[in-house]
Amino acid sequence: MNTVINDTQPILQMRGINKTFSGVSALSAANISIMPGEVHAIIGQNGAGKSTLIKVLNGAHKQDSGEILFQSEQVDYQSPHEAQMAGISTIFQEVNLIGYRSVTENICLGYEPTRFGFVDWKKAQAHSEAMLARFGLTLDVNKPLQDYNIAIQQLVAIARAVALDAKVVIMDEPTSSLDDKEKEVLFRVIRELRDTGVAIIYVSHHLDELFQICDSVTVMRDGRTVERRDIKGMTKLQMVAAMLGRNEADFSDETNRSKTPLNSSQNVLLEVEHLAGAGILSDVSFKLHRGEILGLAGLLGAGRSEIARAIFGLDQAVKQGKVKIAGKEVNYPQPIHAINNKIGFCSEDRKEDGIIPQLSVRENLTLALLPKISKNGFINEQREREIVEQFMQSLGIKASSMEQPISQLSGGNQQKVLLARWLATDPSILMLDEPTRGIDVGAKAEIQNLIKSLAKKGMTVLMISSEFEELVDGADRVVVIQEGKSTCEIPGELLSENSIVQAVAHDSASAKQTGVSI
Amino acid sequence: MNNVASNTPTQTTALLKSDLLFNKLKQQGSLLALIFLVAINIIFTPHFLEIQTLYVNLTQVATVAIVAIGMTLVIASGGIDLSVGALMALAGTIAPLIFLSEFAAQSPILGLSLAIFVAIFAASICGLFNGFLISRYNIQPIIATLILFISGRGIAQVLTNGELQTFDHPAFEFIGTGRLFGVPFQAIITIVIALSIAWVLRRSIYGRFLLAVGGNEQAAKLAGVPTAKIKMITYMLCGALAGVAGIITTAINSASDANQTGQLMELDAIAAAIVGGVLLTGGKAPIIGALIGACIIQLVGYTLLANGVHDAVAMIAKAIIIIAAVYIQQVKGAK
Repeated sequence: MNTVINDTQPILQMRGINKTFSGVSALSAANISIMPGEVHAIIGQNGAGKSTLIKVLNGAHKQDSGEILFQSEQVDYQSPHEAQMAGISTIFQEVNLIGYRSVTENICLGYEPTRFGFVDWKKAQAHSEAMLARFGLTLDVNKPLQDYNIAIQQLVAIARAVALDAKVVIMDEPTSSLDDKEKEVLFRVIRELRDTGVAIIYVSHHLDELFQICDSVTVMRDGRTVERRDIKGMTKLQMVAAMLGRNEADFSDETNRSKTPLNSSQNVLLEVEHLAGAGILSDVSFKLHRGEILGLAGLLGAGRSEIARAIFGLDQAVKQGKVKIAGKEVNYPQPIHAINNKIGFCSEDRKEDGIIPQLSVRENLTLALLPKISKNGFINEQREREIVEQFMQSLGIKASSMEQPISQLSGGNQQKVLLARWLATDPSILMLDEPTRGIDVGAKAEIQNLIKSLAKKGMTVLMISSEFEELVDGADRVVVIQEGKSTCEIPGELLSENSIVQAVAHDSASAKQTGVSI
Repeated sequence: MNNVASNTPTQTTALLKSDLLFNKLKQQGSLLALIFLVAINIIFTPHFLEIQTLYVNLTQVATVAIVAIGMTLVIASGGIDLSVGALMALAGTIAPLIFLSEFAAQSPILGLSLAIFVAIFAASICGLFNGFLISRYNIQPIIATLILFISGRGIAQVLTNGELQTFDHPAFEFIGTGRLFGVPFQAIITIVIALSIAWVLRRSIYGRFLLAVGGNEQAAKLAGVPTAKIKMITYMLCGALAGVAGIITTAINSASDANQTGQLMELDAIAAAIVGGVLLTGGKAPIIGALIGACIIQLVGYTLLANGVHDAVAMIAKAIIIIAAVYIQQVKGAK
């Protein structure tokens, strides 16, 4: 095989890539260029188009227009497998290997050495061991892959890529499930690969890592690649600013809105103390006062959703720490217990956790309420209709009738139905996870106003949002979550996009210096 | 609707109307197919319009229809139940064991009631066991119900040493051969079961929760739906209905046959439920559809048999009907 490395020509280029999904633009005129032996980061907010770009690159998606040049030749892969065989390997967040097959089989899958037409397992084993040895790994290659932890599995995936003579290795959030020590091993392997001339595309939300491992970065925003530069000399604040599409200078002290400072007489309704668990949370503490909107800010993967889910009794029960409601410690094993204690939770994933697509607007809206409007197991349908009518009117839900299947509604109207589902249960605490994600601008403003008016009427709201603007506009106070910890609190009078960006981008020590207190 | 129609009145209403008509046609597809089948028979099958033919068909369709109702519930929950045929055999063998016992000889009425109750109860418990495996241990329904598919019939065979139990018990046989106001008794049982379950589904919390679990289990759970409980109830109901069907079969034959009762019933029931319009993705439970589906399956078999076509061909015909029904569903889903 040709192993000559040309240091002056990019090994991979993507030029003017456009891609739309059912009319919505996911990528527009995206460009990427990587040199051999370069570790290149791609950053951007959720939905900026990073995953789509990778999927176009490895053949999982087909671009609408634009070209991909690999080793100066135009390529067009039909599947990730084809791309991998050609030298572009992707290591996904969740390792896409076959857990119950042996390490050897995973490394050699698709190109097993054969002898008389049969797989030569001895040769395959030796080959696998040699590949792993390059990274200082000695494993029993006959054991099923799933017997090893995620870090090892990831290294096996990398070994497979190397074994296939990969010239470009794409890593999508490779460290999301690794601890510090495992990260070090991974970084060492990445550096080793880099030194042999392999180009690495590194996608991560953990900005700190990028400074450790990457040489250059492409920033993506709204499907565009807006900036490409060397990482050297760049600050974390600059990265966040570029991701959000603002000048660093924009984040001056423009506290644009004075929030009423917290009234000490307002009593605490929900108190979270040193919450840990759910795989990602390590130490979360905050207080939610009656009638306030508390925002949870942080980067994706910081553990904000997990906090709400832990409180609500989803996934895993609270492992460590305390959740107190009105001073009483609670640990709900199931959502129903949280609901019975007047907590509502609108999850971020409308499709997976929200709507029941086959059911009507009416049936979706009253799902959480049903036990309360039923007697002896039978639903009081007249009451149900009245309630649905009332909420459709007050929230302005646009549907042909309450019997229309919810799947036919627009995203914004679906979200309103889901909000109504919780409002109908008359909760005292409403937890909203990305309440305006993926809906159009008009409906977005309506929902944001609705949340504000609810709080005005005394509802207590915990709002998780990745849009700092939304938090500044809506929240009375913001708690910043970083890597599973609540690192600081921004009181209303200091709340601005600037202060949030500073707090999210800096470690807690420097956040303190910028006037943000814990 | 109003503001939509007011935009371009004639065009939009026409569009809406044709769309509605189209949807209705698709919904009533199985009913149309049934009418078509009956028409074909009236033309081609000799003696089709005789009352005897109706009786034969009603007698034969009742058990399929009852099991198909249970299957519809299970499929609507997002699952499948392969054990129904075996549970029919189990209930069908338990009942005679009790009403032929010493105890029943002394107090016949109590003995008969107990026989029916215990048989159905046993089938329900088996159904509950299915539901328990599926909801508590997250076992795939097709695997979980395979356990009783195999062992349920085995238990029935052990209870009777694999032998045929024949009996002469007019009161019990009435369930399978009697008539009320000229209508076969098991047809009445079927209708009563269908209507009451359809009513419960429409009006009760259980019905709504069932559709929610089948439609999107994760979302249902998040909205406080007790998903495990709903599934267990559903499999239990399905088991109970299989038990009823087993008793009817035994009563028709005046004998319980652990080896033959309910053979291949799971397939007929699944076919009837699918032809009736239940969505394999869950979230919809057309009970009356299951009745119509069962009638179609029954009538196809009867038509071919009455016209001298070999039994094996009837099986192929059933397969074609299932393929057609699933295809129509796919088209519906795509729309």
